[in-house]
Amino acid sequence: MKLNGGQALIKSLEMEGVEVMFGLPGGAILPVYDPIIDSPIRHILVRHEQGAGHMAEGYAHATGRPGVAMVTSGPGATNIVTPLADAMMDSIPMVVITGQVPSASIGTDAFQECDIIGVTRSVTKHNELITSAQDIPRVIHEAFHIATTGRPGPVLVDIPKDIVDPNNPNSAMDWYWPDSVDLPGYKPTVKGHPRMIREAAKLIAEAKRPVIYAGGGILKARAAAALRELAELTGISVVTTLMARGAFPDSHPLCLGMPGMHGNYTAITSMQQSDLLIALGSRFDDRVTGKVGGFAPGAKIIHVDVDPAELGKVRRPDVPIVGDCKAVIEELLIAVREGQATAAEGGGPAQPDRSEWAAQLKQWQAQFPLHYDQGWGEGDALKPQFCIEMLRDNSPEDTIVVSGVGQHQMWSSQFWRFNHPYTWINSGGLGTMGFAVPAAVGAKVGMPGRTVWAIDGDGCFQMTAQELVTASAERIPIKVAILNNAYLGMVRQWQELFYEERYSEVYLSPDLPDYKMWAEAMGCVGMRVEHPDEVVPAIEKANSIDDRPVVIDFRVDWTEKVYPMVAAGTSNDQVILGPEMGEGGH
Amino acid sequence: MASTAAAEAPPRHHILSVLVENKAGVLARVSSLFARRGFNIYSLAVAPTDDERFSRITIVVDVESSPLEQVTKQLFKLINVVKISELDPADAVERELMILTVKAEPGTRGQVIELVDVFQGRIVDVGHDELTVELAGPPSKLDDFEDLMRAYGISALQRTGRVALPKLERQARRSTSGLRALGKVG
Repeated sequence: MKLNGGQALIKSLEMEGVEVMFGLPGGAILPVYDPIIDSPIRHILVRHEQGAGHMAEGYAHATGRPGVAMVTSGPGATNIVTPLADAMMDSIPMVVITGQVPSASIGTDAFQECDIIGVTRSVTKHNELITSAQDIPRVIHEAFHIATTGRPGPVLVDIPKDIVDPNNPNSAMDWYWPDSVDLPGYKPTVKGHPRMIREAAKLIAEAKRPVIYAGGGILKARAAAALRELAELTGISVVTTLMARGAFPDSHPLCLGMPGMHGNYTAITSMQQSDLLIALGSRFDDRVTGKVGGFAPGAKIIHVDVDPAELGKVRRPDVPIVGDCKAVIEELLIAVREGQATAAEGGGPAQPDRSEWAAQLKQWQAQFPLHYDQGWGEGDALKPQFCIEMLRDNSPEDTIVVSGVGQHQMWSSQFWRFNHPYTWINSGGLGTMGFAVPAAVGAKVGMPGRTVWAIDGDGCFQMTAQELVTASAERIPIKVAILNNAYLGMVRQWQELFYEERYSEVYLSPDLPDYKMWAEAMGCVGMRVEHPDEVVPAIEKANSIDDRPVVIDFRVDWTEKVYPMVAAGTSNDQVILGPEMGEGGH
Repeated sequence: MASTAAAEAPPRHHILSVLVENKAGVLARVSSLFARRGFNIYSLAVAPTDDERFSRITIVVDVESSPLEQVTKQLFKLINVVKISELDPADAVERELMILTVKAEPGTRGQVIELVDVFQGRIVDVGHDELTVELAGPPSKLDDFEDLMRAYGISALQRTGRVALPKLERQARRSTSGLRALGKVG
């Protein structure tokens, strides 16, 4: 079958099972946009290419399927660099197709030319410039294979205009679909090493104060059920990192919640005092470890990761296991059960008595809960945490929560109760402000039956709010809660605590822009909430609207800070529980 | 290139032999990864292998061993990298090629030719008062020759950077020590 390159590209995406793509056309990618008219693939026209990238990420987070974005050359391509870097940091499967100037013009500084392969080399798992129309099905098939296997990540495919333009002879190709990939340098390890699995089971059987340190890899590997089985079999408590919220239910008695810089006291301290950390798909990020030299000093480490480069990168593990989290946990379950059976035959206990440790964890939980005070008197400001708790309690249990980056992100992670995997979507590694609105659009497209709430800050919202126009036009009814404190709140918090309250360039104003009017101008329902009494009715109204996006501007207390806090560069032994413990430890 | 290498202690170097797919841009991927991690590449040589699908990049880096582990792990993650072997300098055959143009006026020409003979080099070009000499061998031999030639006046010099393979007899005797394959065996 004779096709042109543009047709072959769209057909290749169809063969990969792509149901939706996010993009914005332009000169170099124009020929590929023509066959989209005849394709069953839904294309969502964004207002800025960054939005296309974050939508693809949100879609991938929510569904587990690779997100697809397509943009033109030059500025279209550079505008999607931030989402690529974001997906690289958070291991999100994504395929980005960029137009490129015609082959003969490459290197001539042609109009809208940019060496996007060179630009994105360090922020993609792999990228490739296609040089012949005949290669299109092979390269697209490889791109999806690389993006979705091993440690998932973004792949960029750059396509010169001449090989997709039906008016150019370079675009002629004979259609085929490869039934396999030939990548001699790419063979991710899935199964764990049997000897290492046995070693890990032995350490687990001996540990007196073990903690499971669950990371985003659990979700990428679809291993939430296996993790739960392991925790229940061994009775070991689980901390869920920012990227793993929902991987283990917050309602489970063994769940300790989020560790790290703004984690809760029990999660942080359980790791500090543990004698065995079972790191599953987590990477000892600096926001989790605090000062590395002082992190969990007495703990042996079992580290399971599909990426061998993570093992020993920050902390040298006692038992390193390269493999897919789900496969390794399932192998570990067998080894632990065998060990328990052997112990029972010998008449001994299956594992040491850990009741003292369990009691200690319970005591910390009772003594150091998360807290805030919502006053109800005249002049009492609305607390952002209260808004989140009311959102949580008045929305469906399986609501997907998407956040931007900053204080609102930390409060959302702290105060929502995540009881299902894939209900929490945020930008963890890169910390991309403006992530929430477009990522929520992508999540809602992938999961149209679910309620999707973007909890955003006023600073973040202003970075990508234009994608609400996309959402209105495409009838994607997401809901946005702006926790409007009129500041770049997290920066203000650091300036308050660590820069002697010298506030430099952090004030944004509560009503410039007017968020309600702005929302309405973008085709959304806009609301404003200033008093605690108005919170629940506004949320109920928002949840009852399903034909257009809704934006609520919550005017919240600008003085509120995120606690607990471990100040950057200090040890996790120094948890600041609240303002009463002194300004950031000064 | 350290032209004074002969005078200093031998550098603490590691040799990485990296088998890569023979595709456009692969060298840029490999070299930019080193740059990003702050590694100085001491020398680098790249050429196709007997299998035209693959090229071999021989990289000499001057580093402590523990950060090298992280850089090799990151190198493995490049899709086009097929295999990485770390060669222990003690268990490897290293060779390098140098060509240099040296002043050789009638009064000193005889001495220069004599030294070229001693080092088993070849004279590949002759001018009125200069000679161009080719010399291949272990890098230290090239260092020594370069040092001797300096007395006569070197006007141009180019070295290729080293290439290396594991020593065979050592490999036969201690099969795993010479060539330490770091995984990803293609």
